[in-house]
This record gives sequence, C-alpha cells and structure tokens, in this order.
Amino acid sequence: MFDIEGYGLLLLEGFKLTIIVGVFAMVISLLIGLVAALCKLSKFKSLKVLAEIYTTVIRGVPELVLILLVYYGGPTVIQMIASYFGKDIYVDVNPFFAGSVTIGFIYGAFATEVYRGAFMAVPKGQMEAARACGMSGLLTFRRIHLPQMWRFAIPGLGNVWMILIKATALISVIQLPELMRNADVAARATRKPFTCFFLASLLYLFLTIVSLAFQQWAEKKADRGVRRA
Amino acid sequence: MDFEIIIQSLPRFFHGILITLEITAISLFIGFFLAIVLAVMRVSKNPFIWMPVYGFNFYFRGTPLLVQLFLIYYGSGQFQEFLSQVGLWQFFKEAYFCAVLSLTLNTAAYASEIFRGGIQGVNFGEIEAGRACGMSGVLLYRRIILPSALRIAWPAYTNEVVFLLQASSLVSIITLMDITGVARVIAARSFAFYELFLTAAVIYLILVYGVIFVFKKIEKKINAHLSEANA
Repeated sequence: MFDIEGYGLLLLEGFKLTIIVGVFAMVISLLIGLVAALCKLSKFKSLKVLAEIYTTVIRGVPELVLILLVYYGGPTVIQMIASYFGKDIYVDVNPFFAGSVTIGFIYGAFATEVYRGAFMAVPKGQMEAARACGMSGLLTFRRIHLPQMWRFAIPGLGNVWMILIKATALISVIQLPELMRNADVAARATRKPFTCFFLASLLYLFLTIVSLAFQQWAEKKADRGVRRA
Repeated sequence: MDFEIIIQSLPRFFHGILITLEITAISLFIGFFLAIVLAVMRVSKNPFIWMPVYGFNFYFRGTPLLVQLFLIYYGSGQFQEFLSQVGLWQFFKEAYFCAVLSLTLNTAAYASEIFRGGIQGVNFGEIEAGRACGMSGVLLYRRIILPSALRIAWPAYTNEVVFLLQASSLVSIITLMDITGVARVIAARSFAFYELFLTAAVIYLILVYGVIFVFKKIEKKINAHLSEANA
C-alpha cells in the first residue's frame, strides 16, 4: 500500500518539502509576531495602530486569498512600482518564497496575540526589581522580560505551529511540489485518488502527533524552574 | 489600479457571496447539531462511545481541510462502482455536495471539542440541583447542561464560525464559484490579478467582522440574565 506503484517516494519527497516550508514559515511568523507584539505594547500610538491594523486585516481574510494575492498579484504590484520609477522589469515569484513568506506573514498575526499575552503574563514586580537593581530598560527586557515570556508563550506558539503546518497544504495551489501537490500528481497518475490522499493525510497526522509530543516536552522543559504544589 | 474591472465584476462577486454564505450556513447548521451529539458522546465514560469520537476528532483536527476535501471529492471516484450500486454516486459526483460534506465534518470535529470544554465547565452544583429536582439523562442535558455549556463555549464557537467562513474559500479549488472562485476565474481571463483578489479580500473582511458582530450580539443575549444591569 505504501508504495502505490512507485509513487510512495514522491509523497515522501513532498513531505520533506512540507516540513521545510513549514519551518521556514514558522521562523518568519515568530519574528514578525515578536516585532508586532512589541509594537502593540509600545508607548507609540502609531506603532500600536499599525500592529492593530496588521492583525485585524490578516485574521479577517482567508489564507488562500492572501496566497493567491501575493503569488499572482505581487509581480504586478512590483512592476507597477518599478515603472513608476521609470524602470521596466520582469518579476517572477518563486512559489516556495511566495508560499512560505505569505504563510509566515499570516501566522505572524496569530503569534502576535500569543506573544502579547505572554509579555503581559510576566509579573510586573520582576521588571521593577530589575530596574531597582540598576538595569536599563533594554537590559531589563533582554535579561528579565524576554526570557521569562517564553514560558507563557510556548503552549500558544505550539498551537500556531500546528495550524500553520496544515495551512502549508494550500501552497499546493501555486504548484509548489509539497506533500499535497505530490499526492495530487500521484492520484492522477495511478488513478487511485483515495489511496494517495489518505496516505498524505496520515503523513500530516504523523506530523501533528510528533508536534504534540514535542510541545509537551518543551512545556515541561520551560516549566522546570517553577515550583509545583 | 483598474477600478473598471472591479465594478464590472461586482454582480458576479455578489453571486459568489451568496454561494459562500450558503455553503457556510448549511455546514454550520448541520455541523452544530452533529457537534452537540459528538460532544455528549465524547464526555461519556464508556470507552466504546468516547473512543470512536476521539478518533474522528483527532483525524479531522489533525489533517488539513484541503486533504479532507480532496479525499471526499476525488477520493470517492475510486469507489464509483460501489457508490453507484448503493445510489450515493449522484451525490458524490457533485462538487457542491462534497464541499458541504467535508466542511460539515470538519466543523463538527472542531466544534465538538469546543462544546466538550463547555460541558465539562458547567458548574457541578447546577447538575446536582437538576438531579435533586428529579431530572436525569436527556432532560438534564436539555434543560441544564447544554444551555449552560453553550453559554461557556460561545466565544470559542464564534472563532470556529469565522474559521469556517474563511475555510469555505477552499471550495473554489474544486470548481465551485464562491467569492474566491469568482475572483480566480475573472482574474485568469482578464489578468487583473491583484485588483480581483484584493476585492475578494475586502469582501471577506467585511463578512468576517459582520459575523463577529452578530455573534457578539447573540452572546450578549444568551448572557443577558448574567449582565450587571439585572444583577
């Protein structure tokens, strides 16, 4: 069953690319989320509004529409901007790049809310104590606030990862040969669509199970310094 | 930006909005009742009842919706002969039916986990009081547990509804002409990609925040007796 007329390997290759795209997108969303969360918590009104617009808009538009918008609409916009400056260029967006950056950008909005909650969950007294010890604002953030925030963020970020990895299946729409796209190719070639897509779904399920186990391990590790009743 | 093409395609977008709302509403309606049944089964102590539901929920929450959609729409073709014999092929060959079926099963899985949390969050004193009044089984669920559980689960269920509305955009991949489908077809002909996808994005944005507004209103209504004005 796992061979499916020689197409089993194709699925595994797609699986590998799915993981790569997922990890790449996750790194982007972690970075964007951190920056946006700091903007939301900052004193500057304009940064706050900007981050608020970002999360509001992204969470109200389907991933598929955003992926299509970036992949098909992106080149046009770049060319328009270029021609505005009197340059005539041809842009071709790479599906890997368009897909993972878009997915990362979308889930950055979800990560923002996770980070914001985590930053606010760190007891205020900790930061006050650091300031009292003579640490500057930046040093307090780096030594006290940021390291302690992670403990509160890990469960939420784990959930973001698990939604994100499933969302990478949408990149198959722009022909990136990840798991879903390869399953589609195999399904057409072997005329066994159920077998191929079911195997693909089991691979996604496997990824979910491994992620759950990893999340539990990470939570335990992050909580090792906390006293339990 | 080419505004003309946007204005020209607005009537077709309007039709797309109707399809999106229709598919979402049907799936939500059936999924809601299915989810309640699944949630009640999920909190059962009998492993023969809760384990199948656990497996169902785990599969539908652990795999992408796109796979589920393809599994039902394309996958059913592998069993065409069997499905014709039992008279189900006429349903499975329709993209619309497959879209509604997969969205329904998907939302049922997510919503039943949300409702399970609601059921488990019901104050035990209420259940005890219900029992003391002589209620049990279905009556206890209908009068005491479910109304209370729904109130607890409502904010999370609102999120699920928004997710389903957005997820319904996937049906455009299996040829249905919802909002995304309309944008894709017109864009492919006119090459006005970013104008049309941007229009689609704006329409979704309005729909999503409209849905959130309505569900917040309902939330207020079902919690009216708990609000401070009545306290």
